Amino acid sequence: MSYINPQFRHPCSNTNEIGCTRKDYEGVISTLCAGCGHDSITAAVVQACFELSIKPHTVAKISGIGCSSKTPAYFLSQSHGFNSVHGRMPSIATGANLANRDMIYLGISGDGDTASIGIGQFVHIARRNLNMLYMVENNGCYGLTKGQDSATADVGSAAKGGIPNEFAPVDLVSMALDLGASFVARGFSGDKEQLVPLIKAGLSHKGFAFLDIISPCVTFNNTPGSTKSYAHMREHMEMTGKVDFVPEEAEIKVDYKPGEMTDITLHDGAHIRLNKLGDDYDPQNRRGALAAEEKAKEKGEILTGLLFVDPESHDLHDVLGTTTKHPLRNLDEKTLCPGAKALEAINETSR
Amino acid sequence: MKPLKTTNEFVIRFANVNGTGSWSANLLFARTAFRMGIPVSPKNIFPSNIQGLPTWYEIRVSEKGYLGQRSNDVDIMVAMNPQSMAADTKTVVSGGYLIYDNTKRLGSHLKRDDINYIGLPLTEMCLREYEDPKLRLLFKNIIYIGALAALTDLDFEVLKNLISDQFKGKERLIKPNIGALELGYNYAKEHFDCPLGIRVKATNKTDNKILIDGNSALALGALYGGASVVGWYPITPSTSVVDSFKKYAARLRTCETTGEKNYAVLQAEDELAAMGMVLGASWMGARAFTATSGPGVSLMSEFLGLSYFAEIPAVLFDIQRSGPSTGMPTRTQQSDIISCAYASHGDTKHVLLIPSRPKECFDMSADAFDLSDQLQTAIIVMSDLDLGMNDNVSEPLEWDDKREYKRGKVLSEDDLEKMTERFGRYLDKDGDGIGTRTLPGTHPSKGSFFTRGSSHNAYAAYTENSDDYVECMKRLERKWETAKTLVPKPEIKRKEDGATSGVIYYGTSDYATQEALDLLEQEGHSFDAMRLRAFPFNKDVEEFLAAHETLYVIEQNRDAQMRTLLMKECETDPAKLVPVLGYSGRPITAQEIREQIEDHLNIKKKKAA
Ligand SMILES: Cc1ncc(C[n+]2csc(CCOP(=O)(O)OP(=O)(O)O)c2C)c(N)n1
Ligand code: SF4
Ligand SMILES: [Mg+2]
Repeated sequence: MSYINPQFRHPCSNTNEIGCTRKDYEGVISTLCAGCGHDSITAAVVQACFELSIKPHTVAKISGIGCSSKTPAYFLSQSHGFNSVHGRMPSIATGANLANRDMIYLGISGDGDTASIGIGQFVHIARRNLNMLYMVENNGCYGLTKGQDSATADVGSAAKGGIPNEFAPVDLVSMALDLGASFVARGFSGDKEQLVPLIKAGLSHKGFAFLDIISPCVTFNNTPGSTKSYAHMREHMEMTGKVDFVPEEAEIKVDYKPGEMTDITLHDGAHIRLNKLGDDYDPQNRRGALAAEEKAKEKGEILTGLLFVDPESHDLHDVLGTTTKHPLRNLDEKTLCPGAKALEAINETSR
Repeated sequence: MKPLKTTNEFVIRFANVNGTGSWSANLLFARTAFRMGIPVSPKNIFPSNIQGLPTWYEIRVSEKGYLGQRSNDVDIMVAMNPQSMAADTKTVVSGGYLIYDNTKRLGSHLKRDDINYIGLPLTEMCLREYEDPKLRLLFKNIIYIGALAALTDLDFEVLKNLISDQFKGKERLIKPNIGALELGYNYAKEHFDCPLGIRVKATNKTDNKILIDGNSALALGALYGGASVVGWYPITPSTSVVDSFKKYAARLRTCETTGEKNYAVLQAEDELAAMGMVLGASWMGARAFTATSGPGVSLMSEFLGLSYFAEIPAVLFDIQRSGPSTGMPTRTQQSDIISCAYASHGDTKHVLLIPSRPKECFDMSADAFDLSDQLQTAIIVMSDLDLGMNDNVSEPLEWDDKREYKRGKVLSEDDLEKMTERFGRYLDKDGDGIGTRTLPGTHPSKGSFFTRGSSHNAYAAYTENSDDYVECMKRLERKWETAKTLVPKPEIKRKEDGATSGVIYYGTSDYATQEALDLLEQEGHSFDAMRLRAFPFNKDVEEFLAAHETLYVIEQNRDAQMRTLLMKECETDPAKLVPVLGYSGRPITAQEIREQIEDHLNIKKKKAA
């Protein structure tokens, strides 16, 4: 909100294709705890949007309630943001998207916000394939209400209180795959190199892009007993592949050995390049993705990377048959109102 | 026993089994009378069930225009349901008629010597005429309508035309339906002295009127008011609002060449999501609505509070039914007044619009979108099952093509381009308590802000500063004062010499109240009358309250909810507000109103003596 202040341009800061600096993608100063994983994700969002040369005002940032849901204030200050109510970000995003299909929708949620109070809305937004990037900043606990276990906490995982969790965890990635999400990925807040391309790919994907990001809560969950701590993640992370996101304008490098990578063309023409580590991992195979996720869980590993993408899916507007000419919210009165004559005809049939 | 004699003033009730197609047959009776120029009010009294339980359909025929419930008694009972026949027989007034299927003999316990019995061999006729058991069931209803046409002197030509209109496009159904009508008609002519003392006679009292249900009128109002996004979750009696919207939008809001829709209707996973979708769409700048009933309002409460505090437009149609909890889902009531007026925690209040007739449903629906944009808050239109799901006589719906949508204070790209000062979403520049909105994506560098339900200052920044918070709450109160100047005024009827007592009523208590007032007038009691049409109450309401010693507050709930609102919001002395209540799930009757007012007058008289 500082457009009247003279913009100070750092001498060595680069500008992107639309002449914006990284600073143009930042927001107000974070009030989260120092070292919070969520802040690293914020930085990754800033970088991803900068690198994609997104016009900030074309993004709508929507969140629920929680430490994670506060973060939209910390990036893209030229974008409209909506910090709604606990667990209900999906419905707000759905309504906004129905009203205006031309914006870029970035939803931010927490594991409490999504896997507990908001699990119903999460399920339905995934199955409707709403065109948006839905990120869960997953720390296995309720940060904002002081560290209670969340539904994504693994059995036996212990938060600061030291009492291990007894209940089976909700795996949002498996759920998203099962529900028909057209893009499913997992990242780690501490691995920016992988996270930035995943965010970029998710933003470019047409359809519902789900990104689960393990994001340690330094205050309540970064304990040796927690499976969402930095230490645990570093030891147990298993990547499906090295993800490289290539916008369509960029020249595609060809010096990869065949058989090691899969290029996936997204709807807007950009590519995701996935460097396969597994022998036969195919990111366009939903069942394969589910099986890989199951297998990793069995081994106590956390699979990261792009697990599944269907670049050709139909989003909600395609299914509803909404006009492609203008966003609904821009329709003029002439288009919206059928006029007096049509009403007289209706009166006539009601006699 | 003297048979009843009355022309154009009677009540006929049909007792049927749910799911047997009786509703559309019974509607023929009502529409024929309507087309003959006689005001009617058909009411469908149905169970929360798809098939098998008793259902009733009642038509008040009243040239005088008394279209509320008269009482629980009927003049003609068409008793087609053996399950409820004993009880149904008891509701016939002395001298009235019971029409029944005499294929089987009438049980002796159903015999009364003060009513007239008309037996029609319906089952026998159907067995003889039709092979298909399904047709036997359906045409049984049509046959008794034909018989009633002869018995009550319905214009048979009008009836036949109605059938032709109804089956336009399905012409092959016209002939057998008319055949069934004739079967009944001829049987009655042959066997009874037609017409009976109770009959209809053509008149002109419905000239230029229409017969339409309130939910269709609400849907049309939303269509004309420019709504383009609908999120909803099915619940009786609100579902037909969205069904109608879809029906009309498919016809009137779809691009003829591409088939693309200039609207989006999405069935949500629950009412929370439905209201979330409305808020998301409104925040993005589309006009959006949802429709629900009491249980849905409960679920929407958190979001309604967000609408109030973050100041996001939303339109909600609450088609009230009998509570509490699941209550009587298919029976009417006006019992969401308080839960809607104060929906959600904290100091929250909402604007309510309260229609009485379909025309008013249409107008208030379209107006709700203007008001919601102007006031930047949720507007709740309070209809009910009686108005929403029954066909009501109404003035025709009207639209002025010169009318422009009032979008309230929204900055365009140009406005923002020219703006030199810092944008403050919640700055109250002109003292009306309403700030200026911007819509996402409008301008590359100006006007963005963060919408939130947590406390915020005038620049929409998060704050825990008490002064900022209190200023915001006070501004919302100023906005509430502004709302009073924008909502529809009450409809007030004063006696020439000014009565010392008055009645206050709203919504579907309208007709029954009018009738009760006329009856009381005949007994020498006259009252001023005020029909409330909105909350918050404006100064006309306050003046009416101040000008009367005793005020009867007529409503269809147990707890006198509107009375509570009047007490609280207008600081009226509770002693002078006398509750008059009907909450049986059936529409309040003129008799209930009259008796309660009389009782109170008698107590007053006794005290004075
Ligand atoms: C209806 C409702 N219930 C409870 C709360 C309290 N609450 C605020 S944040 C939160 C949990 C947030 O957890 P998560 O989504 O994981 O976010 P984190 O803080 O861990 O990032 C809860 C329970 C609320 N705001 N609203
Ligand atoms: S409590 Fe945890 S999740 Fe919340 S800001 Fe602090 S570290 Fe982050
Ligand atoms: Mg959490």
